[in-house]
Amino acid sequence: MDRALRKGRPPRVGDRPAVRRSLIAFVLLTGAVLVVAPLVVIFAQAFSKGWNTFAETIAHPDTRHAIFMTVATALIAVPINTAFGVAAAWAITKFEFPGKRLLVVVIEIPFSVSPIVAGVAYLFVYGLQGVFGPALQAADIKILFALPGIVLASMFVTAPFVARELIPLMQAQGRDLEEAATSLGASGWRTFFSVTLPNIRWALLYGVVLCNARVMGEFGAVSVVSGNIRGQTNTLPLHVELLYHDYQTVGAFAAASILTVLAVVTIVAKVMLERQGAGRASRPTLAGPAVEAKETRP
Amino acid sequence: MRRRVLPGLTLSLGITLFYVGLIVALPLGALIFKAASLGPDDYWRIVSSGRAVASYRVTILCAAGATAFNLVFGLALAWVLVRYSFPGRRIIDAIIDLPFALPTAVAGIALTTLFAQNGWFGSWLAEAGIRVAYTPLGIMIAMAFTSLPFIVRTVQPVLEDLDPALEEAAQSLGGSDLAIFRKVILPLLVPALLAGVSLAFARSLGEFGAIIFIAGNQPFETEITALLAFIRLEEYDYQAAAAIASVMLIAAFVMLAITNLLQARALRYTGRS
Repeated sequence: MDRALRKGRPPRVGDRPAVRRSLIAFVLLTGAVLVVAPLVVIFAQAFSKGWNTFAETIAHPDTRHAIFMTVATALIAVPINTAFGVAAAWAITKFEFPGKRLLVVVIEIPFSVSPIVAGVAYLFVYGLQGVFGPALQAADIKILFALPGIVLASMFVTAPFVARELIPLMQAQGRDLEEAATSLGASGWRTFFSVTLPNIRWALLYGVVLCNARVMGEFGAVSVVSGNIRGQTNTLPLHVELLYHDYQTVGAFAAASILTVLAVVTIVAKVMLERQGAGRASRPTLAGPAVEAKETRP
Repeated sequence: MRRRVLPGLTLSLGITLFYVGLIVALPLGALIFKAASLGPDDYWRIVSSGRAVASYRVTILCAAGATAFNLVFGLALAWVLVRYSFPGRRIIDAIIDLPFALPTAVAGIALTTLFAQNGWFGSWLAEAGIRVAYTPLGIMIAMAFTSLPFIVRTVQPVLEDLDPALEEAAQSLGGSDLAIFRKVILPLLVPALLAGVSLAFARSLGEFGAIIFIAGNQPFETEITALLAFIRLEEYDYQAAAAIASVMLIAAFVMLAITNLLQARALRYTGRS
């Protein structure tokens, strides 16, 4: 920007070396204690009994089944959530209808609701004390304490992820391109796939990556609805808890290290997608709406 | 109103309403229905019981402590990231999001191991006579970890877009750095800080996974409300679980309203025209 211009000017507030150095030191030190140390301790513990113990835990049938449950949940929940996010963003940004603002708020609700509350709420829908529970039992359909319940609870906690990335971006992009495409005779699907999708692909991918990380790592909501049956309904985060409470610390951290690698991969993907203009750059910040934020970026 | 030319309203709105209805509204409605079916007397008896009230106190006080810490640390972090350039700045900028990406259970066991009596930090602190794990201080640290990114990420963009001319004018009038920060810069950051504070506080109120490992979970002392709801469920006391969960839901709605209000206000006051 105008960094060159600024060079000849007097130093800005907080530029004195003493202030600068002590602030950087404070931030680095606190960050090291609060964020870096947990990251390090996970791997230190996981490998504290050597590579073989680590490999044994990972290869244990219970751990493998937990990995399978987590991947299966993500494979079902993430695509459905993505389809919902795209549909919601299309409806909200391309049309006017009464109650639109309320709908936007309702989509955001899962962000502010505790995962435990979400889990409890699902019990009162599909549990035996719930609305559909008795009917489901009569029909011999198992939702709670099985994969469907885990998937539903995961979909609740991640419902806003994709929609939240797409709505501000599609709002800023307007409707002109799509309207031009349809007026030239393109079908709705054709318009979406060849006009809208190329413009939103990075933001879409960004939402999908964050949604996936949350689905795979969800603990509270899933622990209420899964029933924690070892080797049956344990996802990886629940398996971590189970091993930890069994005093199998090394095993717990070995399982946790898989989730940690996932978190690190997610952050790297996030940074790369942000360079493509997704995420923070396209979201309306408190500093100004998305369109303006975009224009100020080179 | 403009003429509607784009197709897909029925389909996209249909999918949206169906999904929101089935995944979000139905379970929350069922929870409210269950809690409401208790009747006012039973409901009040459960939510005002000594153990429940103690859990609200622990949760709210620890969330307030964690948010206060993040207010200072988050502001310093945003300041350092925006105003200074130093080696490793971009890595720190990226790693701040770790608490959002790391599963809460993993964060919970990692923090517990660090701060337990025999842990890397816990053993030092024990020599100084400070116990962290299995005390409210441990709950605060877990909450501070999981809500760390909120304040940084709301303040950062405002700080980036701050007009340098304001500071320069203050400097030319002879203001000291501290005075300019307090009287010129900080007031401009207040709306974003408030919005970040309400997001971080709301997140801390509902946090579960990261806390239960480090908290010790002693009723009346270190038991958070989310855990109490979970315990009632494990005791098959569904009515109590519904009542306590409904209190948390109401608190979440109040925080959502406050956050939306603060964000709308912040957008209005700092939005560039």
